[in-house]
Amino acid sequence: MATSLPKLLSAAVVTLKLLSLSLIFGLAIGLLFAILRLNKNPIINKFAYGYSYIFRGTPLLVQIFIIYFGLGQIEYFRSTFLWVVFKEPYWCAIIAFALNTGAYTSEILRSAFQTIKPGIIEAGKSLGISNKIIFYKIQIPVAIRQSLPAYGNEIILMMKGTSLASTVTIMDLTGAAKHIVSTTYKPLEVFLLAGGIYLFMTFLIHNLIKYLEKKYSFQ
Amino acid sequence: MDLLTFGKTGWGDELFYATLMTIAVSIAALLIGFLFSLIFTPLKLSNNKFLNFVANSYTTVIRGVPELLVIYLFFFGGSGAIMYVASIFGYFEYIEINAFITGSLAIGIISGAYSTEVFRGAIQSIDKGQFEACKVLGFKKHIYFLKVIMPQMLRLAIPNLSNVWQITLKDTSLISVTGLVEIMRQSYIAAGSTRDPLFFYSFAAVLYLMLTFFSMKLINRLEVKYSRGF
Repeated sequence: MATSLPKLLSAAVVTLKLLSLSLIFGLAIGLLFAILRLNKNPIINKFAYGYSYIFRGTPLLVQIFIIYFGLGQIEYFRSTFLWVVFKEPYWCAIIAFALNTGAYTSEILRSAFQTIKPGIIEAGKSLGISNKIIFYKIQIPVAIRQSLPAYGNEIILMMKGTSLASTVTIMDLTGAAKHIVSTTYKPLEVFLLAGGIYLFMTFLIHNLIKYLEKKYSFQ
Repeated sequence: MDLLTFGKTGWGDELFYATLMTIAVSIAALLIGFLFSLIFTPLKLSNNKFLNFVANSYTTVIRGVPELLVIYLFFFGGSGAIMYVASIFGYFEYIEINAFITGSLAIGIISGAYSTEVFRGAIQSIDKGQFEACKVLGFKKHIYFLKVIMPQMLRLAIPNLSNVWQITLKDTSLISVTGLVEIMRQSYIAAGSTRDPLFFYSFAAVLYLMLTFFSMKLINRLEVKYSRGF
């Protein structure tokens, strides 16, 4: 137990890196698709809806396997510069996570945009503020505040999702725990220890979101 | 498309049975989850601080730890723990637990944590007057729970339970790591032997999409049934 703790802690750093990179990319994808969902053009918003439906309706494991094992099969794809990225399991995992969390984030942000009171936007318009500035300075900040609780849940779900990176040979917290178990044959202690570390990270994220909610509340 | 034919040459029949296995594990896990929430929801709602603490630790721990880790713990730790208990009683042979049982138990415990929260929320959002009215009318406890609280609770819980079902269905894909032949495992085998992972994993995604699509249709019907009169 004493020897496996440092190994698990350094693997937890890998998990946090995977998490933060996927969240950054995922937030960008989510914002883009939330805006597309609110577009009046039926083709564009159907496309955005289809994206979120597919990524929310299939398991994350399938998505990682398609990206990591599946895409490498296409001959043409392997000759493009994209192959530099897609041959690395690390980046494949991040791409899969980002696309997955992007789909959930787009739903969270869409509903946040839709619940903004029209009065706020009308007030902006009557003050003569341009549409662009209303969007960036009024709609986005309000939507972010609205979606914080749901987004906090999504961060925790994503952190749990990063454990799937271990299925494509990445040594994240779960991967490292499994590796240690395969050499020490002490499954209970090691997995419980890894679970404790995950729980601690969940606790930290939960409190961070609570703090942000308080900080950005209107009241 | 010949990859999907039924019979010896194609993978159609194998994938069909794998889909049935996914459905079976999901339903088993959901029911095990309901059993767990049957135990833990009353604990959550009780006035006893200790019982509250027990139920809260269950839901917090399970929802804060990755599903994959829970499955590993059950699969690798489970047989060790059972063998340890057996050794106390003087049985020293190797014991291997069935992958279906461990898998549905692991997913069931996870699913139970989510459905406990759903049931708790649903019961708490029932108007307090309903409970008081039952007491005033002198109903016996189990009758008022079955006839008055249950129907109202189900109406409120079904939309959220459909989320729990979706989560459970998708979580079963993780059991493939233990070797149980469900959709994901079968696609892995097929992809390995035909060297066509893109096709088989995409087909697995389509199967999961179909499962979620049709189960949502069914649940929507239930929702309509239970919200009659509202």
